[in-house]
Amino acid sequence: METGAPVIELVGVSKSFGGVAALRDIDFVLQAGEIHGLVGENGAGKSTLMKIIAGVHGDYVGELRLDGRETRFRSAGDALAAGVGMVHQELSIAPDLSVGENVFLGTQPVNKAGIVQWRRMVEDARRLLAGLGLEIDPRARIGDLPIGLQQMVEIARVLFSGARIIILDEPTSALSPPEVERLFSLLRRLREDGRSIVFISHFLDDILRVADTVTVFRNGRRIATTPASETRKAALIERMIGAGHEELGESYRADIRLASASAAPVVLQASNLSLGRAYRDVSLELREGEVLGLYGFMGCGQIELVRTLFGKLKPDGGVLRIAGTEVRLASTSAARRAGIAFVPESRRSMLFHAEPLYKNTSVSALERISRLFLKPAREREMAHAQIDKLQIRPPRAEALVGSLSGGNQQKVGLAKWLSFPPKVLILSEPTRGMDVGAKEDVVRIVRGLRAEGLAILVASTEPETVLSLADRIMVMKKGAVVREFENEVISKDRLLEAA
Amino acid sequence: MTASVTDEKRRARRAGVGALLRGQMRNIAPFLTLICLIAFFSFASPSFPTLDNVGNILTQVSVTGIIAVGLTFVILCAEIDLSIASVANATGIVVAYFTAQESYVNIANLPLPGAAAIALAFLACTLLGLLNAFGITFIGIPSFIMTLAMMQIAAGISALLVRGQIAYKVPDLVATLGAGSIGGIPWIVIVAAVLLLAGHLVLTYTRFGRYVYIVGGNREAAEYSGLNVKLIIGTVMVISAVSSGIAGMLGVAHFGSAQQNEFDTYLLDAIAAVVVGGTSLFGGRGGIGNTIVGLFVLGVLNNGLDHVKIDSFLKILIRGLILLAALVINVYAQRLRETAEE
Repeated sequence: METGAPVIELVGVSKSFGGVAALRDIDFVLQAGEIHGLVGENGAGKSTLMKIIAGVHGDYVGELRLDGRETRFRSAGDALAAGVGMVHQELSIAPDLSVGENVFLGTQPVNKAGIVQWRRMVEDARRLLAGLGLEIDPRARIGDLPIGLQQMVEIARVLFSGARIIILDEPTSALSPPEVERLFSLLRRLREDGRSIVFISHFLDDILRVADTVTVFRNGRRIATTPASETRKAALIERMIGAGHEELGESYRADIRLASASAAPVVLQASNLSLGRAYRDVSLELREGEVLGLYGFMGCGQIELVRTLFGKLKPDGGVLRIAGTEVRLASTSAARRAGIAFVPESRRSMLFHAEPLYKNTSVSALERISRLFLKPAREREMAHAQIDKLQIRPPRAEALVGSLSGGNQQKVGLAKWLSFPPKVLILSEPTRGMDVGAKEDVVRIVRGLRAEGLAILVASTEPETVLSLADRIMVMKKGAVVREFENEVISKDRLLEAA
Repeated sequence: MTASVTDEKRRARRAGVGALLRGQMRNIAPFLTLICLIAFFSFASPSFPTLDNVGNILTQVSVTGIIAVGLTFVILCAEIDLSIASVANATGIVVAYFTAQESYVNIANLPLPGAAAIALAFLACTLLGLLNAFGITFIGIPSFIMTLAMMQIAAGISALLVRGQIAYKVPDLVATLGAGSIGGIPWIVIVAAVLLLAGHLVLTYTRFGRYVYIVGGNREAAEYSGLNVKLIIGTVMVISAVSSGIAGMLGVAHFGSAQQNEFDTYLLDAIAAVVVGGTSLFGGRGGIGNTIVGLFVLGVLNNGLDHVKIDSFLKILIRGLILLAALVINVYAQRLRETAEE
């Protein structure tokens, strides 16, 4: 490893979105031939910073120096031309094209007439991939390869476009352990070639294994930069969430007492559910009048798991029981009839924006109030009951849902299940993008429903959401349940450490 | 009532009259088009604005109107059915095939009592609709492609049954409803009106009708609300095929013959009527009221062009241009609505 000169230097960089500061006065240095880990919670500012370096955000305050010269990238193409490439969490490959075509996407070798020179492309791709230690047939359809190899082909593409600075956003979240090993050996090889790598990840163990340097972000500020060999996971977590003396630290470090599993009857029971690469061997029990929290990073499999419980995805294996009876949920309507309600994470997939509020709140209950003909008066009555109960504003049954604020839309998405309460309520990211007041409303509503005896499952990638709502907590990591917390005192740092 | 009126006013004031108008563009534009067309033809030709001619127009749009009832359901669900004309043709031929023909008709048919022939015709169009439904929901073929295949299948059934010949006789009930009249009003107009009304009532006042709008408005949200989206889409495909079947039977009686390809123009006419009327091609907006306006726009246009001195070949081009204009308005209205909602 060469002791590098700085290739990228940021001095006093700030960036805000619509008046909300995302980055405040950041200084950051990336050396040649180093792997630099970037850690921080969701919204800490690490992705924003990397998008500035990769040219996605051209509008910021402060200075960016490339090889010591001040510069400003206006577009991702701009940055790539200067040698900075980014590989996003969602790969941007064309799955139906061959490996070779993906390596040269948009820059295929052509002859004078503009015809693609296939043989040359295949040979070049084979040579370039072999240079990275990858024995892949360039003629293979890339969609047929495992995710890990697809990702490496994308890294290869960024390299061949001339990048000497490569930014990887959450590269290991979808990889199996052997694939992670393979990626790491590729990254070490690139480091030996003198390239620089920024590695953004929630997986602190991965960061500590491969990175030379680690930088911690919190609330748009750079908190610390240390050599990876001189720090530990616990120390990183403490910096990510703020130590005791920090202004917001108190609430983050506060201990939360979890209940023990109650003696109430089990409503929903899953045994050894598995689904492809998404998750495997998941077992859980959900009882009347309790809230079970499901926590894990993006891509840990919880999105797929909750969709399986609602009949949207079908598991490859395992058994699902409702009130002791084995069920096979063939569709979402079968799940609804079995008494399961689901509020998805995106408002787009739960609401009918062009329809008035009362048609939104009645949609899942129509079958129970009308056999053949609609009963609009009854629907409005139901809407008003929910408006009062959940304090939806404006309190008008005729209001178009598209005209409501985000927090109120979220309440409508919940309200549609409550007129005829289900047995099981599954909430996915119930507080995403909400302000503090709206989050408190959610906590109050969920507590109220629990008191009514509902069995509630809350799945979230935000630790605060799970901690503030759940009686018991299960932690998922890369498709498996890795920890269960109950009847003990827990805090955010312990939760993060488990994931 | 007073409360909702003041509510309405308050909302209008808040959003601005312009936004309200833009939101209603989908319903206003086709109606204005219709009024302009009527005004133009009344002015251009004295033979156009007569009671007799109104009767002509009504009769001329009846077959299209019956097909358009089912098609409105389909398009409201954001699907399409290209097999309507073909299914109508096949059903008309089926009903003739099971009716005793004159001795000079050279078709190896199977004469049955009229009721049985009608029942078999209904069975035929229902089965074709079910096949569409199966392909679209269970196998997952896009409706555009599935019904394109069905268009060929139904045409094939027609061809096999008549083998290039023409049949003339249909059961008495079908003959009366298709070609007879009562008190000067053609039965076919009455049937079309009743079916359009029935379609409107189903869409507006029943749970199923609500589901049709909900599925068309946001299919993903409908599924996450626990609705059986496949069942709803399958049902509208069957409704469409049965509407087409009824139109096919009455149409055969109306035209006085059953032969291949005699409904071909009704595919475009029915789609045009629904879309020109303002029902959104993206689903969830519109309804039978829009379809009726669309039917009259097309009916007045077709009929009116016969009353003014115009090159009959040019008429085809004019129809095409008017259809294009309506499509532009349809897509534009969708966009305006979306901006008005924001």
